[in-house]
Amino acid sequence: MRNLLTRKSFNFAFIISVGLLALLPLYVEMTGDDFYLDLANRLMILAIAAVSLNLILGHGGMISFGHAAYLGIGAYSVGIPAYYEIYDGLFQIITAVFVSGVFALLTGAVSLRTKGVYFIMITMAFTQMAFFGIVSIEEYGGDDGLVIDTRSTFGNFFDLEDTVTLYYFVFVSLLISLFIVKRIMESRFGMVISGSKSNERRMQSIGYNTYRYKLVCYVLSGCLCGYAGALLGNFTNFISPEMMDWTASGELIFMVLLGGSGALLGPLWGAASFVLLEEWLSSITTYWHFFFGALLILVVLFARGGIDGLLSKIGLSK
Amino acid sequence: MDWVLIITQLLNGLQLGLLLFLLASGLTLVFGIMDFVNLAHGALYMIGAYFCASLSEVTGSFLLGIAIAIPVTAAAGAILEVSIIRRLYSKDHLDHVLATFGLILCFDTMVHFFWGPEGKAIELPAFLDGRLAILPGVEFPTFRLSIILAGLLIAFGLYFIISHTKTGMLIRAGASNRQMVSAHGIDIKSLFTIVFAVGAAMAGFAGMMISPITEASIGMGNEIIIVAFVVIIIGGIGSIKGAFLAAILVGLIDTMGRSFLDTLLKIIVSEESAETAAPALSAMAIYILMATILAFRPQGLFPPKGR
Repeated sequence: MRNLLTRKSFNFAFIISVGLLALLPLYVEMTGDDFYLDLANRLMILAIAAVSLNLILGHGGMISFGHAAYLGIGAYSVGIPAYYEIYDGLFQIITAVFVSGVFALLTGAVSLRTKGVYFIMITMAFTQMAFFGIVSIEEYGGDDGLVIDTRSTFGNFFDLEDTVTLYYFVFVSLLISLFIVKRIMESRFGMVISGSKSNERRMQSIGYNTYRYKLVCYVLSGCLCGYAGALLGNFTNFISPEMMDWTASGELIFMVLLGGSGALLGPLWGAASFVLLEEWLSSITTYWHFFFGALLILVVLFARGGIDGLLSKIGLSK
Repeated sequence: MDWVLIITQLLNGLQLGLLLFLLASGLTLVFGIMDFVNLAHGALYMIGAYFCASLSEVTGSFLLGIAIAIPVTAAAGAILEVSIIRRLYSKDHLDHVLATFGLILCFDTMVHFFWGPEGKAIELPAFLDGRLAILPGVEFPTFRLSIILAGLLIAFGLYFIISHTKTGMLIRAGASNRQMVSAHGIDIKSLFTIVFAVGAAMAGFAGMMISPITEASIGMGNEIIIVAFVVIIIGGIGSIKGAFLAAILVGLIDTMGRSFLDTLLKIIVSEESAETAAPALSAMAIYILMATILAFRPQGLFPPKGR
């Protein structure tokens, strides 16, 4: 809410990071070092996924521990058509969004009847179902995963084969998804969602059927994450059930919380710090997971509000 | 149908169920009394297995290894509770999930650091390594049988402690109303530590019992902990009885599904589609079960009273 009310204020950190991301390919062009391009690509794709999770987790208070399912569904919506040599990006993306939406509708309808820990666990259980479902289909690689030999094409206009094209495609997608989530949260619908996070019973007694609102929000979030999954499949060129392992869902939650849940730009900061930290720590030591885990515990104990909270404190974010 | 196979698989299901119960009972107590979601419970299962592997190696005896490893795992649990977990009780569930997820990463890395990336096998003593004829014509591995026996003994012991001793009464009271218990002057902090340590010991014991079959490996707890969560959700959080019944149910459904679902499906659909659908369905069976139960009973089968 705080972010919505003071949205006129100038968001310094956001402008800087968008500028840097937009100019990065130029720098890479000059130095020829496309390591940073890959890093930023992964960062932005995960940021879109985190933005989608933040929609239900941060704004709606629905703690989904199964969001990686949609990354998997999206990636397989690129991989399975590609397996049959259908590379049409529009078809793949529509499939990704549609199948994710249907999966979210079906599982959300059951999950949202439960509360608290039960909700956390049932969302995780549904993702495990999707995980084992994919693992057991030998045709599409089962455990071993599937290689995507050709990235999505969009008619004769362009294709994502070139890393820089893919990069800008992802970049624009990220901006659009931030914009969409912002509009959703400013709308009447979004107000009902935040309202049912802070006091669901009150919203119900005003006369809102919060279950339906939350379900729609859940489906929207699933669709957006499915889209991110389609990008991820294109980016990695290799997909496997690992993408929807429950630890992947845990990492998404970490990104949202690290960035600051409920803040519009939180997921962006979260995904950025996640990817950069992972890269930095793993270059220092093989045992980097230990420090990563310790950091998680420290964030929980001492830094609720995440990075966005810190940025607001020093006045760099609204 | 092959009756020998059915009986063997029923016993295997029972064995898996009891193993799950060892994990789930600690989890459901910690969850029920302290309202704490502990994803890192699987890490205790793992370190129990590793402690046992090393101690059996040092002492040269599997049984001695277990006997020392159990109190060591309990102590590790107690230390964990006092140093980190205790600070988390006042936070919300999301924080629990996140912090214990962090703990999993820490534990997995520590095991990697101390024991190396390879798994550790545990050698069984000769008298446990054979097969036993339980019925004429039906043989079953002695060790799996002893897992069943140990599991049933612990389940019975736990039942006795919880329903017939003062500590058990406090635990039950804590599960239904924590504040009321501490308002009566009970030192709830120490009770929490004890319960956590006992839960850790049981999880560790489960790890010790499985690793002679599968060997102790990094991340071994990460898959089974999710199944243990399914068990306590089905059973109703905080209920030992629920955990026991749900664990057996899940163990049986999982094992029987994996071995007989394709045969059953072949009666209904064509052979070919049965062979593709059966592995997927049997892997998903317990999650389908959980979703169905939660759809009708959002609090599980035996929700503790008073909440």
